[in-house]
Amino acid sequence: MSKTVLDLWVGLFVIAGIAALLFLALKVGSMTAVNVGNSYEVVARFDNIGGLKPRAPVKSAGVVVGRVASIQFDNETYEAAVTLRIDKRYQFPKDTSAAIMTSGLLGEQYIGLEAGGDDKMLKDRDRIFLTQSAVVLENLIGHLIYGKAQEGAPQ
Amino acid sequence: MLRRAIENLGSRTIDGVWRIGFAARFFVAVLLHSGTAFRRFGLTIREMYFSGVLSLIIILVSGLFVGMVLGLQGYETLQTYGSEEALGILVALSLVRELGPVVAALLFASRAGSAITAEIGLMKATEQLTAMEMMAVNPIARVIAPRFWAGVISMPFLAALFSAMGIFGGYLVGVQLIGVDEGAFWSQMQSAVDFEEDILNGIIKSVVFGVAITAIALFEGYDAPPTAEGVSGATTRTVVTSSLAVLALDFVLTAFMFRGV
Repeated sequence: MSKTVLDLWVGLFVIAGIAALLFLALKVGSMTAVNVGNSYEVVARFDNIGGLKPRAPVKSAGVVVGRVASIQFDNETYEAAVTLRIDKRYQFPKDTSAAIMTSGLLGEQYIGLEAGGDDKMLKDRDRIFLTQSAVVLENLIGHLIYGKAQEGAPQ
Repeated sequence: MLRRAIENLGSRTIDGVWRIGFAARFFVAVLLHSGTAFRRFGLTIREMYFSGVLSLIIILVSGLFVGMVLGLQGYETLQTYGSEEALGILVALSLVRELGPVVAALLFASRAGSAITAEIGLMKATEQLTAMEMMAVNPIARVIAPRFWAGVISMPFLAALFSAMGIFGGYLVGVQLIGVDEGAFWSQMQSAVDFEEDILNGIIKSVVFGVAITAIALFEGYDAPPTAEGVSGATTRTVVTSSLAVLALDFVLTAFMFRGV
């Protein structure tokens, strides 16, 4: 086989390989989600984060605006300190509230942001004060049973 | 009787240690003489044709079928939990993280690794390597190193093509044949697959496998006894050893990469 034909095939092979890598990077994984340079971090403290994991989405009105960067346990307040990395394009008022929600009944957990009415916007390293913990199914059932028992109790 | 047994054990141990040392020195020599493989890149391109391009058919067809089977089986199981839309995640993650690099490496070991061993073993048996040395051409620089780098460069491309083809196969079966919602299939996949965590780690794996397979194949060929049985035995050992090496390395790499969260 002549050298140019061979070169051509190897060239095609490399192009196909790079195309496959690009397909994996852009179509299968979402590289466009949030890049580190164009984001700011805010901290939210929760009493209970349930099954929230790092890299879980942060959504506002159902749109992904960022990701959970890290989760730490604060040994002084016994709370979970969750660092959220939010895209710079999305600015939120200072009194925005954060809640841990579940997509579907058994789906993954994510943080939902609900914008407040403050004039000032959240900046890097700010803290979100209004938080709502994850709903733990066991507690919910416990409340339900407790409530029923109260109802049925003789006065 | 006992003395014979102990002598036997001793000679086997010495042989084993000598072989490991020889393999290590051989590997270092290949790395040291890699200059030619890059200065005369034509040599490496030639070898990429034989180990990379000619492996394409088997890699692409196997990838497609593995993806299609994943689509069918995944749908069967997920459907019982009413979460068919997660099919994209299942197909993409299992291919990108594990099946892509590992199965492509196993196919590469049996398709290209065995060919490399047989070629080098025959070159040695027919004294072509010795002839090169007589002409003051270093066979490690001229013959071995280009094949090594060709394998190392080809492997990640082959693994990526395998994964891409597999995801396409899963899409064909899941979306086109069974009728999972197309938007959910892709969007759930995109939200679950991370570039660094999953895709980059898969590529790192395939590079490591490429190094392991080609190094083993080249060493077995170079070390093969210069007889017909010697070469055939070396070819068999290449496929067995490199397949086992791929599986063992995969476990170690996975344990490091995906531990914890």
